[in-house]
Amino acid sequence: MSGKPKIIIKDLNLHFGKQHVLRNVTANIPEKQITVILGPSGCGKTTLLKTMNRLTDLYPNVKLDGSIHIGNDDILHTKKDITEIRRHMGLLSQRPYPLPMNIFNNVAYGLRISGRKSKKYLKPRVKHYLEMANLWEEVKDRLHDSASSLSIGQQQRLCLARGLSVDPDIILADEPTSALDPLSSEVIENKFVELKSQYTIVMVTHSLQQARRIADYVIFMYLGEIIEQGPAKEFFNTPKQDLTKKYIKGLFN
Amino acid sequence: MILFQLKRLLRNKFHTIWMIVALIFAMTLPVVLAIGLYYKASGLLMEQSFFSIISSKDWRPLSGHFGLYPFIISSLWVTVLALVIAGPICLFSAIHLTQYAKSYVLKVMHPVIDILAGIPSVIFGVWGVIIIVPFVSQHIAPLFGKQSSGYTIMSGGIVLAIMIIPFILNILIEVFKSIPEELTEVTLSLGATRWMVVKHILMRKAYPGIVSAFGLGLSRAFGETIAVLMVVGNVTRIPHGALQPGYPLPALIANNYGEMLSIPRYDSALMLAAFVLLIIVIIFNFISRMVIHRMIKVM
Repeated sequence: MSGKPKIIIKDLNLHFGKQHVLRNVTANIPEKQITVILGPSGCGKTTLLKTMNRLTDLYPNVKLDGSIHIGNDDILHTKKDITEIRRHMGLLSQRPYPLPMNIFNNVAYGLRISGRKSKKYLKPRVKHYLEMANLWEEVKDRLHDSASSLSIGQQQRLCLARGLSVDPDIILADEPTSALDPLSSEVIENKFVELKSQYTIVMVTHSLQQARRIADYVIFMYLGEIIEQGPAKEFFNTPKQDLTKKYIKGLFN
Repeated sequence: MILFQLKRLLRNKFHTIWMIVALIFAMTLPVVLAIGLYYKASGLLMEQSFFSIISSKDWRPLSGHFGLYPFIISSLWVTVLALVIAGPICLFSAIHLTQYAKSYVLKVMHPVIDILAGIPSVIFGVWGVIIIVPFVSQHIAPLFGKQSSGYTIMSGGIVLAIMIIPFILNILIEVFKSIPEELTEVTLSLGATRWMVVKHILMRKAYPGIVSAFGLGLSRAFGETIAVLMVVGNVTRIPHGALQPGYPLPALIANNYGEMLSIPRYDSALMLAAFVLLIIVIIFNFISRMVIHRMIKVM
């Protein structure tokens, strides 16, 4: 284990009705590094990501056991307000989902709903976060255009800026580049590498190359179970499990 | 082999043609309808101008006065009242069903809505006469310090509201279901509460859909005849409030067509009423389309 753990997942089990989706998941996600959850589609990686900010609450018939500790809280059993916990985590979804408002308000929205409403405060903040997401130069003259007028790659960077705006500790990213062209993907990847000095990043992907490029820590899942996890170098150079070896060599299925 | 290809080509051609024919038929239907009505009404229009008829309060068919103004106003009253009642009910039900309720509730509600939509309007009319009219007379009118028989715009509005609820609700449910769940997820992740998601994001995203649902409901309510006719009083007078009787356009046409045609120009006047009805419905549609168009641009 390298680095101090930020998210501690212990004996996590999740059922959708009769379906057992996550089986005894135990993992420590290191602080201020990029952790990549890797695995074939349908292995439960997205579900694992969503349990981390309890978006699984939205689904019917979900049963959760185990614990997820972030800081001192077990977020699955805490009495704290869940919206407060979610505010500490930015989410980047598979495809960009800009809010139905203009570019400026997309970034300002998170700040506004937490009570910071003055234009004077918002303007420099929005600029700051758009700069962080490498988008400012492209949109500075059209901040009041609809967010859906941007290209997909720009929209995803806008979503990143929006996620950063609420000043989270953790960024959860669910295959954030799967809908993007290679160039836009690279921008996002580079941004992640840059951001990891300040944020703990958890990213789901099914792309081995991507994991090799940016991961510090890898969790490999298959059919709802963690098969192997460890620092990226060890994971890719000296995998211990047969399944992992096969997956890394691309011999799966 | 060549024969086979030829056959395939011909069949393809044939299907393309009949699709175009069907399309042309569907598109020209409203135009033909409007022209037909206008033609039938032209007898009256040769004697009086269109605008003088629709703005005149004077309805004395025996002396040749066919002012449609009271009927148009009655129609608008009943329709707008129906939408004011049905709109919020539908909106909040749709939000609850799609965002908060357990999925089986929606499964139960779907057939209920369909049944409600399929009930013949005369049944709503009878029900209105038995329940709503006395209710308005005994409870609602005294509330405003008024006396009323209950056969009023209010009764018509309530009955009509209940009739258009299934239509509006059905569309709204589809509208809210079509919004991707991820939008809710990302907004929650920004620290929003469920209600903020509904208010700031879903309502905004659904806005064009809401407008078109209300627009369709409005058009439907405007043309609804029999149930309204049974409870609204049918008194030719300009109503000055919801607790007065009214006489909407469709009721005028249904009550009198085939009865009063011995009076000269009466049939022309009724055709003109039908023409006006059609025009107003088209205007409703047009306005809601404009709103949708503008809204989509902004988003």
